[in-house]
Amino acid sequence: MIRPHRSHPLWIAFILHRISGVVLALFLPIHFYVLSLALTDPTALDGFLRFSDLFVVKILETVLVLLLAVHLFGGLRLMAMELLPWTNWQKSLAASSIALGSAVACLFFLKVV
Amino acid sequence: MTDSNTETLNVSVWRGDASGGQFRDYQVPVQENQTVLDVVTWIQQKIDDTLSYRFACRVGMCGSCAMTVNGEPRWTCRTHVNRVTQSSSLEIGPLRNLPVIKDLTTDMDPFFDKWTKAGGTHRASRSRNDGMVPVDPASKERMIASEGIECINCAVCYAACDTVAANPQYLGPASLQRAWTLVNDEKHDDRSAVLRAVAAEGGCYNCHSHGSCTRYCPVELNPMKAVAGLKRTTVAKLWGK
Amino acid sequence: MLNVRLYMLQRLSALVMAPLVVGHIAVMIVAVQGGLTTAEILSRTQGSLWWMLFYGLFVIAVSVHAAIGLRVVAYEWLGVKQKLSALLSIIVFIGLLILGMRAVFAVTLS
Repeated sequence: MIRPHRSHPLWIAFILHRISGVVLALFLPIHFYVLSLALTDPTALDGFLRFSDLFVVKILETVLVLLLAVHLFGGLRLMAMELLPWTNWQKSLAASSIALGSAVACLFFLKVV
Repeated sequence: MTDSNTETLNVSVWRGDASGGQFRDYQVPVQENQTVLDVVTWIQQKIDDTLSYRFACRVGMCGSCAMTVNGEPRWTCRTHVNRVTQSSSLEIGPLRNLPVIKDLTTDMDPFFDKWTKAGGTHRASRSRNDGMVPVDPASKERMIASEGIECINCAVCYAACDTVAANPQYLGPASLQRAWTLVNDEKHDDRSAVLRAVAAEGGCYNCHSHGSCTRYCPVELNPMKAVAGLKRTTVAKLWGK
Repeated sequence: MLNVRLYMLQRLSALVMAPLVVGHIAVMIVAVQGGLTTAEILSRTQGSLWWMLFYGLFVIAVSVHAAIGLRVVAYEWLGVKQKLSALLSIIVFIGLLILGMRAVFAVTLS
C-alpha cells in the first residue's frame, strides 16, 4: 500500500488519521454495548471488567487510547491547517501530533499495568 | 565521444492503449547528464519508432512531458536519470488518474474539464475601453495569487493525488489552485462565482490534505495551501465574514 | 462526496469533541489505576447531571462525526455508490446514537 508516491510524512499522517478513525468507529458499538450492561446485566459487566485485567486486553486498550489520541491531535492539526493562517511547518506539526498522541498512550499504559 | 556505451540502463516502458498493456524492457546506453525524456526519446528513435509519448519544450515550461517514473509522477524533461535511480533500472509509465491514449500518452481532457469546472476560465472585470485595474504587486491578495500563477498544468499533482484516484468527481489540486489565484485576482470578474464553483460537489472539501500535490509539484508550488485557502475563505463566507 | 454542510458538520462535531476527548482520556488514566469495577464506574457517574450532559453531548457529536467519516471511507475505499453511502451514513448515525444514549443512561440514571 505504501507505494513510492505515498512515502512522505503528510500522507502517513493521513493514513494514521483514517485508520484510527475507522477502528474507533468500529469499536464504538462494542464500547456502548458493554457500558449499557451496567443497566441490564451488572454481573456480566463485572465479568467483562475482570477480563480486561488480562495483560493482552490492557495492550489492546492502550492501542485504542493511542488511536484516539492520535486522531484527536491529528484532527486538531488538520483544522488548524484549514482554518487558521497558513504555516510552513506542516510536516513538523504532523510529526508532533503523532508524538503527542503516543505520549498520551504511554502515560495510559504506565497507569493501567 | 568517449566510450560510455558499455554501461546500459534497463528501462521498462509501459506499452499499450486504453484497453490495457504491459511493461516492455529496453536497453539504453548510459550517458552523463541524461534526462528521463532523453531515455524515452532514445528508445523511440533507436529501438521502436511506434513508441508514443508527448513533449514539446524540453526545458520545463510547457508541462506536456509528465510521466510516472519509478512509481512517482515527474516532469521527465527536467528529471535526471541519476536523480531517480540508484541502480541501473528505470520504470516509465503514463501518468496516473488519466485515461491512457497510447503508451506514455494520456488523455488530458478530464484534467482540463475540471480546470474549467472549478471556474478557471478568466473573465475580465473590465473591457478594453475601461483601462486596466491597477494591481499593487505588494498587496496581500496579489502576493497570494502570485504564489500559484506559475503552474504549467503538467498534471503531476493530479496524478500524485490519491483523492483524485478514489473520488472521480474531485476537481483535483491544479484546478483548485488555479481557482484560488482567481479568487485573489482583482482583474477577475465575479470572484464569488469561483468560490461557488469550488464549494460545489467534487470541490475543495473533498481534499484530505495528503500533501502529495505539494510534494511532487515540479515548479514547487503549494496546491495544498491553496485548497486550504479555498476551504477557509468559503467557510468564512458562510459565516458572513 | 463532501459538500459544505457535511464538511462543516464534520469540523463542528470535531471541535465539540476535542475537549470531551481530552476529558475522557484524563478520566480513563485516573480511573484505570487499580482496575475497574461496575460499582466504581457507577459511583462516579450515577445520578450526575454533569456526566450525563458530558457523555450525552459526546455521543451526539461522535455519531455525527463517525457517520460522515465512514461515509467517505465507504465511497473512496470500498467503492460504495454515493447514494448508498449516504444511506449507510444515516444508519450509522442512528445506530450509534441509540446505542450510545442507552449506554449514557445506563451509567448515569440512578
